[in-house]
Amino acid sequence: MSLLRSASVLAGRLAGRNQLALKCLATRRTIHGEAQSSEPTSGPAKFPGAQAAFVAKPTLVLPEHVESVPIYRVMNADGVIEDASQDPGLSRETVQKMFRDMVLLNTMDKILYESQRQGRISFYMTNFGEEASHIGSAAALSPEDWVYGQYREAGVLVWRGFTISDFVNQCYGNREDEGKGRQMPVHYGSKKLNFVTISSPLGTQIPQAVGAAYAFKRQPNNQRVVITYFGEGAASEGDAHAAFNFAATLDCPVMLFCRNNGFAISTPSKEQYRGDGIAGRAAGYGIAALRFDGTDIFAVYNATKMAREYVLKNNKPIVMEAMQYRISHHSTSDDSTAYRPAEDLEIWNTTEHPISKLKAYMKQRGWFDEAAEEANVKAVRKQVLAQINQSEKIPKADWRETFQDVYHEMPQHLREQMKQMEEHIEQYKEHYPLKDFKN
Amino acid sequence: MSLLKLASGVTAAVLKKGSTTQLVVSRASSHFVYSPDAKAPVEGPTQKMNMFQAINNAMDIAMERDESALVFGEDVAFGGVFRCSMGLQKKYGQDRVFNTPLCEQGIAGFAIGVANTGATAIAEMQFADYIFPAFDQIVNEAAKYRYRSGNLFDCGSLTFRAPCGAVGHGACYHSQSPEAYFAHTPGLKVVVPRGPNKAKGLLLACIKEKDPCIVFEPKTLYRAAVEEVPVAAFESPLGKADILRAGSDVTMIGWGTQIHVLKEVADMAKKQYGVNCEVIDLVSILPWDKDTVCSSAKKTGRVLIAHEAPLTNGFGAELAATIQEECFLHLEAPVARVTGWDTPFPHVFEPFYIPDKFRCLAGVKKLIDY
Repeated sequence: MSLLRSASVLAGRLAGRNQLALKCLATRRTIHGEAQSSEPTSGPAKFPGAQAAFVAKPTLVLPEHVESVPIYRVMNADGVIEDASQDPGLSRETVQKMFRDMVLLNTMDKILYESQRQGRISFYMTNFGEEASHIGSAAALSPEDWVYGQYREAGVLVWRGFTISDFVNQCYGNREDEGKGRQMPVHYGSKKLNFVTISSPLGTQIPQAVGAAYAFKRQPNNQRVVITYFGEGAASEGDAHAAFNFAATLDCPVMLFCRNNGFAISTPSKEQYRGDGIAGRAAGYGIAALRFDGTDIFAVYNATKMAREYVLKNNKPIVMEAMQYRISHHSTSDDSTAYRPAEDLEIWNTTEHPISKLKAYMKQRGWFDEAAEEANVKAVRKQVLAQINQSEKIPKADWRETFQDVYHEMPQHLREQMKQMEEHIEQYKEHYPLKDFKN
Repeated sequence: MSLLKLASGVTAAVLKKGSTTQLVVSRASSHFVYSPDAKAPVEGPTQKMNMFQAINNAMDIAMERDESALVFGEDVAFGGVFRCSMGLQKKYGQDRVFNTPLCEQGIAGFAIGVANTGATAIAEMQFADYIFPAFDQIVNEAAKYRYRSGNLFDCGSLTFRAPCGAVGHGACYHSQSPEAYFAHTPGLKVVVPRGPNKAKGLLLACIKEKDPCIVFEPKTLYRAAVEEVPVAAFESPLGKADILRAGSDVTMIGWGTQIHVLKEVADMAKKQYGVNCEVIDLVSILPWDKDTVCSSAKKTGRVLIAHEAPLTNGFGAELAATIQEECFLHLEAPVARVTGWDTPFPHVFEPFYIPDKFRCLAGVKKLIDY
């Protein structure tokens, strides 16, 4: 499938429309250098800012005349592959790992969500309904590829081998957390899994991913790409614009992966943008685009695989847009029933759910074992619960870690401030939760 | 970014023109007289350089010895609007010295990403006045990268360069000194050079430093400041102030262009009032050299701090607060601050805005008479 909207398809669609649309077409086709304007005036324009022909009448390029980027899907809601040529041909083991990882994420989410409700952790964000976009894309990447995420991509870490202990310890901020308890829950990071630590400010990671991709591109025989995930809300940030434009002009092998789940907290996507989603912006930046069904793990997998090959081969970026639905509340601080009816969720929670689709596919293949699956869920539940009990008891890091890693080496003024706090604690120790922290 | 790019070349051209522009020239040049460093920072052969040449030389050295080093920003490819990156693209290639789209938050975010991989990023903000679109990337991201990841990731190999300070006619958006905004951000290192030697040494130190650094370069010094600069690579320590003139009666602290104002004030105070001023170039805004400042304050008992940026919450406030805390029993007079006013930086009123030598001299007089 072509990554760029083909002019001939566009021509066919627009043939029956009015004269204005034809003018739009003529202008657009000339941009691609494939045809002359239907009403050319004298010679090509020489402006440095764009390559286009003159026309003799004013031509409005209306957004409704631009065809939407289509949504690629491989299997339908019943788990049936619609076009056999699109079957990724994954082994039973791989598909089963995909399924298990989605279930693990889903099960862990449910328990950690509840544990926040019980006040055991301070905050949590679930991934309900978006599991396939994480696992499917992660499976199509090389483990060496760097990942810059937003915060709702925990499945990428699951696929790469971040353990239940890793997740739970981060949420508790205990001394087993590699982040040393400095960030809120779900702000995961792993050097060894090439997953750059999450931060809260939205969109900031996108231009960073572009810079990293540029640096990797310069390394000899580079086989590594960078993928950055972000929501459709974050795509409204200035940093998204910066990133798209830098990625295009500086030829960066970066995959700009948008999880379009319809909501940014309470804001529906219709209040977020008026264009053709996020993929529709790509052409404006001169970037290839690929939109797909984010609830269909095979579509996500195939799209990511194709995108990765394109990016690495051409040293160019690609905009990817996974269409899905945020079944989750935005976070544990949010009650989504305040801004959307509960019944809207129904379809996304059942037939259109990424886990049920893959399950249906596996059943057809005879790869789904009900008993084994039940045992798996049980085992995950048990493991997460046990880990919660354990993580709760693990002390937090030495409180002096407050002052470490601000700089590579602690400067004098921070050493003095740490000493002040030590002296203060010595005098007022009974007022501080020292027993929870490692000495 | 504004579309008004005040290349120093434009200034030079204006200098040679007729009587109307002559007014601008005398106003701009009356503000300070550049005085070179008394001696070179390291031994060895030297070459006469102005500040933009010294900066160019530092970047040349950095790129020569580190194949991962990249220089980028708006208009750096042809040499930069202040000539700082002249010849570098030709020498090191388009993939190492390149223009970016006109977007400061993009430049900063891109630089962080480059540095995340361990490569060296030397990013230019065309004017310090236009660093604010990148404030989020610098403050929330660059400064906190190492801390928030538990040292799993960092962007220590990045350096931002940004031309700052008064230039005679820069008005609101080609004159600002935003160091105090960044001084409030743990995780950053912020320095301001006073001339070619310091600019070269600090820039090389920042590039090597394992923390994200910002070098604010007083743009009025790019051409005006000329001195003998060692040809070899050398580093000027971060976090270390320089005592440029020893004195016993008043400590004067400044940085950047203001140092040259203060050196002149020291001469005037000596001549007119018989007062011996100690002149300290703070050099490093964050972290800053408390020991040097406070031992001088204890010795003289009187302190004057001068900076171009506005008074309220300017970096002088931090210095004054610390000095009163550390040197309370030694102080003979309240710590004085002579700074820009709490207004935007004006165009035609610049001579009335800047903390010039007469306002500083008046400040010294008040300290002595207290």
